Amino acid sequence: MRARMLTFTGQNSPVHRLTGAAKLIVFILWSVSAMITYDTRCLLAMLLLSLVVFRMSRVKFSDYAFVLYVILLFFMLNQIAIFVFSPLEGTRIYGSRHDLVHLVGRYTVTAEQLFYQLNVALKYAVVIPLAILFLLTTDPGEFAASLNRIGVNYKIAYAVSLALRYIPDIQRDYEQISFSAQARGIDLSRREKLPKRVKNMISILTPLILSSIERIERISAAMELRGFGAGRRRTWFRSRPFAFADWLAVGCVCAIAAASAVITFYDGSRFYSIF
Amino acid sequence: MSNTIIEFEHFSFTYRSQQEPTLRDVTLSIAAGEKVLIAGPSGSGKSTLAHCLNGLIPFVHKGTADGRLSIKGRDPRELSIAAVSGMVGTVLQDPDGQFVGLTVGEDIAFGLENRGVPLAEMNRRVTAAAAAVGIEELLGASPQELSGGQKQKTMLAGILALNTDILLFDEPLASLDPASGAQVIEWIDRIAQETGKTVILVEHRLEEVLHRPVDRIIVMEEGRIVADCPPAKLLASEVLTGARLREPLYLSALKYAGCTITEEMQPQHPDKLQLGEYQFARLREWQADRAGGLVYPVYQPLLELKEVTFSYGKRPMLQEVSLTAGKGEMLCIAGRNGAGKSTLSRLICGLYKPDSGRILLSGRDIGRDSVRERAQHIGYVMQNPNHMLSKHLLYDEIALGLRLRGFGEEEVREKVLKTLHICGLLPFREWPVSALSYGQKKRVTIASILVLEPEILILDEPTAGQDYGSYHEMMEFLLELQQRGITVIIITHDMHLMLEYAQRTVVLAGGRKLADGRPENVLADKGVMDSANLRETSLYSLARRAGFTEPAEFVRTFIHDDRRRRQ
Repeated sequence: MRARMLTFTGQNSPVHRLTGAAKLIVFILWSVSAMITYDTRCLLAMLLLSLVVFRMSRVKFSDYAFVLYVILLFFMLNQIAIFVFSPLEGTRIYGSRHDLVHLVGRYTVTAEQLFYQLNVALKYAVVIPLAILFLLTTDPGEFAASLNRIGVNYKIAYAVSLALRYIPDIQRDYEQISFSAQARGIDLSRREKLPKRVKNMISILTPLILSSIERIERISAAMELRGFGAGRRRTWFRSRPFAFADWLAVGCVCAIAAASAVITFYDGSRFYSIF
Repeated sequence: MSNTIIEFEHFSFTYRSQQEPTLRDVTLSIAAGEKVLIAGPSGSGKSTLAHCLNGLIPFVHKGTADGRLSIKGRDPRELSIAAVSGMVGTVLQDPDGQFVGLTVGEDIAFGLENRGVPLAEMNRRVTAAAAAVGIEELLGASPQELSGGQKQKTMLAGILALNTDILLFDEPLASLDPASGAQVIEWIDRIAQETGKTVILVEHRLEEVLHRPVDRIIVMEEGRIVADCPPAKLLASEVLTGARLREPLYLSALKYAGCTITEEMQPQHPDKLQLGEYQFARLREWQADRAGGLVYPVYQPLLELKEVTFSYGKRPMLQEVSLTAGKGEMLCIAGRNGAGKSTLSRLICGLYKPDSGRILLSGRDIGRDSVRERAQHIGYVMQNPNHMLSKHLLYDEIALGLRLRGFGEEEVREKVLKTLHICGLLPFREWPVSALSYGQKKRVTIASILVLEPEILILDEPTAGQDYGSYHEMMEFLLELQQRGITVIIITHDMHLMLEYAQRTVVLAGGRKLADGRPENVLADKGVMDSANLRETSLYSLARRAGFTEPAEFVRTFIHDDRRRRQ
């Protein structure tokens, strides 16, 4: 029906078999490490590793193509914005200046700036494969259990699961509401002028919001009727005990995070310099 | 009684937001292992009674209660909602609102998870409960893949897994088609027999619930219990005549034919009903007096679909469907979920464009007209009125479509007031929409379309979830519109609606048209009914037992006489 984006793929690969909690821990530690370090060597090593893991998962390009394009678009915007707002950021960080090409006014391309932006690009490249993997290979049912396991309150964790459950229903509501609105002559297409279109949008959102609030009331009553929120703890149908592979994955990521931190801060600066 | 499990004694309840009590002086006791039906129209207090049992009152809906209530010897008001839910397992009417799991398995497990049941035991109990209602194959399915009946079975499994002593069903049939409804009633009965649990059904559809026996029926009216007796006794009495409940159709037919219903005739089920030559003779006489002479009007074709084919992506949704709706005709479209009913209405309104085939309006091809252009002629009313209402005041809501079309305020006013008058909403014109009842809101949505003066009105399940009284009001209103020359197309699986009001029923199955004809003829065809998830109404089986060769003829007579008597 609608474009499938980032839905659980359900293959059987070593990555899919890991428990959700293990994947969540790996993902968080991995991202934090990648955020902290500007050490090109660490980033390259992590990139290589993330590509290996990505390959292992056997997810198909079509499953994440759309999201990848969106991310790449933001990535480009980000890169351009860095240069536009701070063309000499690299020079400031690395303390030297090698001009390559002068553009206009204060815009000069320096080797330092290129190196800095390469590092930023690498950070993206390190995090994106694992982020996509986490979303594609974690069964949504297991997600809430995983959050609860790493210490998130179960009521908050369950909210995530409920959101996943009801998003398709609300999408369907939206489709129906906009259908009936169009049939009444509320035009949402480009033929209408922008202010009018925004106003028309509102007349669709009002019933959507009201019916969603109504839905929430019904759901919460139904959940209370089934004993949700009574105990301080709850068990999870979809939780799985940690297997060897999970401990291994968590162990590895801890080691990588530690190693990257040590290498990064060894000489007292987050920024590894070639200049 | 020593094995009393539920006891109300002079119990009254008033919601915090209301002046008048919703339950008045209710005294009722239910024994362990009993199967009880609580019946009554909307607003009779039957749902409130159910909420007192499952703890929604007083823990979610606040108010003041008087009198005594005990469940298994304890007052639920002194417990918590979780503790009450350990004694009373509830299945609500809206399967989407209570299906909280991402899959069937997770949803069945939900109650167990909340009680902290260890994983191994949870798995065992979930599998057993799923097997008990025959959905073990579906454990991994998501709610979007399930039919209404399957969702309702998942709910049933969810409370079975908890192993509560009392099972409470709050309008379990409200959103099910007739065949799924019958199936759910069969499963409930089977579980009641196998487990010996106390079962309480809250419903206003008497005949449908009585598809399987119940021990006792409690009829409520305006917050009071007006009858509390075995079904046979109730049906032989005059209680239902006063209550706004529909008595089983086969009994109405017998009464119209001049037969008296007695307790000894076992009137609670059409197959158990004891009938003799006397009753058959009366039925034949009644039929003979009224047969023939019925002339059906011929309608000029207004909307024509010619071999319309449509697929969504690669999925074929409709295949070569041809269909004609006449000017001023009332037409019903039936079919199970996914048969193509909503696709059809979207094609007619122009939201989808057919892959091939043509759609004609008064002989003109409207294939190139936009949704908005078609909306001048064809109005569409959604099932849930809350999905259509976007303005605060009723007047503005109805004026919306006109204002968008650029009518002057003077003309808007004139048209809105005229429409409000037709719809019986004139006294409410200054009201905020949110202050109206569900049935009134439904009328507002119809009014908001009518004001645009369409020639065709398409309604999606206009009577779903309403009791007999509001059903009747709604349908009489639509009949009035029809008599003003508007073509009314209704998507429904309410068989009585088709028989009573429609001139024609079209059945879709798997994207194809399966049947198209007079409702009483279409609904006499077993094969068609099965593929549309409909069920034979009791009138047909009664006709067959009485030896009529043309049951459809008998049904026609019944509908005719029924109308005449109610006017």
